[in-house]
Amino acid sequence: MMHSQQIVNLTINAELVAEILRRFIRNEIRRAGFSRAVLGLSGGLDSSTVALLAAEALGPENVLAVVMPYKTSSPASLRDAQLVIAQTGVRSIEISITEQIDAYFARFPDASQLRLANKCARERMTILYDQSAAFEGLVLGTSNKSELLLGYGTQYGDLASAINPVGDLYKTQLRQLAAYLGVPEPILQKPPSGDLWVGQTDEGELGFTYAEVDRLLYLMVDRRWRRAELIEVGFAAEFVDRVATLIRRNHYKRRMPVIAKLSHRTVDRDFRYARDWGT
Amino acid sequence: MTADDEQSPARLLRIALAQCSPALGDVERNLALHLRLIEQARSQQADLVVFPELSLTGYFVRDMTPDVALEAGGPQIARLLQAAGPTALVCGFVEEAARARFFNSVLFAEGGRVVHVHRKVYLPTYGLFDEQRYFAAGDRIQAFDSARFGRIGMLICEDFWHLSAAAIMQAEEVDILLCVSNSPARGVDGPKVRTAETYENLCRAYAQLLGAVVILVNRVGFEDGLCFWGGSMVVGPDGQIIAQAPFLDESLTLAEFDPLELRRARITTPLARDERLLTTIEELVRIKRQRYS
Repeated sequence: MMHSQQIVNLTINAELVAEILRRFIRNEIRRAGFSRAVLGLSGGLDSSTVALLAAEALGPENVLAVVMPYKTSSPASLRDAQLVIAQTGVRSIEISITEQIDAYFARFPDASQLRLANKCARERMTILYDQSAAFEGLVLGTSNKSELLLGYGTQYGDLASAINPVGDLYKTQLRQLAAYLGVPEPILQKPPSGDLWVGQTDEGELGFTYAEVDRLLYLMVDRRWRRAELIEVGFAAEFVDRVATLIRRNHYKRRMPVIAKLSHRTVDRDFRYARDWGT
Repeated sequence: MTADDEQSPARLLRIALAQCSPALGDVERNLALHLRLIEQARSQQADLVVFPELSLTGYFVRDMTPDVALEAGGPQIARLLQAAGPTALVCGFVEEAARARFFNSVLFAEGGRVVHVHRKVYLPTYGLFDEQRYFAAGDRIQAFDSARFGRIGMLICEDFWHLSAAAIMQAEEVDILLCVSNSPARGVDGPKVRTAETYENLCRAYAQLLGAVVILVNRVGFEDGLCFWGGSMVVGPDGQIIAQAPFLDESLTLAEFDPLELRRARITTPLARDERLLTTIEELVRIKRQRYS
């Protein structure tokens, strides 16, 4: 019996991918009538990679990296974000979200960690969109395919963007792109983390590694393998079911709000135009 | 190509591959793009200039389909024919036909008139594609005779992936098999985009099997995140690439080929001569009887 590790090869041609993504960023931004981009830079792998791509695509002077720490954010994240800013030469601004977040939760002291994490993500989104208006640049998304499929992100928070260059790359693949582009070593080496609370890691919170889940997602989503076939190559049934459930239950995050249909042509249903309509 | 070729050395044919990035749903802007490239092609003495699939409208026209549709005999196409002058022209458009039928069509024009229109037969409606929702399917796969290029068969993108379409063109004994496409990049694990690899394989195989020149013109640019990879090419009847446009970049790439190469290739490998067309037809009729009775 073949094991999934032998079947799945998530290797990408990073040079080719970088070439396509730089062009994608340039093209989608220019056809919308802009020449600049804004992104939230956490110092993690995904946003650092997008910062490098955007700097190469648009020129560093046309990219604004917004660093938005909360009081519990790790100092290492800030240092890593500074590494990327120094290396790329992109413009940057640091805006702490501590004051407004704490002011809000002073009224709800019992709020869960999840509420806090989501509120922080949405606070950052509103800042990014405001900076987007001030800088006259489009907001770049940094959610990867693993996160999008698992729903590991905040709707209208970090999932919100105008264009997302890395949304079709699994975390494992994004890591290869990051290495190719020259993302600083400390960022490549550290475990993925949303930096949502002290010591938080994605893999600790999800309960599996990206290496494992990316192999499963690839076979399940890209190659349409069935449950029995996945178990056959060594994935635990509970793991397969859990991931399938995460994908399904979080699908709402990937869609527009559901609109009650009344007329013959309803927005997002049978009123169908490309986003790039007329450009 | 014709008996005349055997008597006097044939002039090389110059083909301009207009690998462009049309605007989505902006016919006026695309007409201007065509006029510019036609002028460039003429200044480089091209005998034929070929634009990609839906070059006058862009690919994801969706609900715009009725709004961007043209008639083959309409004033916009007439402007292009006039601009092309002695240069033959191939371009893609949304064709409005009788009773509000819209086709994904490609036309061949020569000497100031439209000689042939092919309506895409195989409308992909799977994965990222949604063409049957908007277009009526063509129901003819036919070659035609041109004044200067011999017998030509035209296919559009997905048509090219159907072996039957290529087989019909082989039976038509075409000299040039022309495919216009809007092929989006998928598969980035290899040295080049996977879809580009497949197209190259098809072009080279068909050129050799048909003993014909294969011309592929694919667009570049993006639409809603889809990357069209370009890589347009001309392949000789020996399966070798004569000229290839760059990947991803807009370009007007000139290719030259010697029509006598067709004669030479057919002497070396007379596949079309040896084709048992009646056997093929009889077998297809048998299959039809078995499957549909």
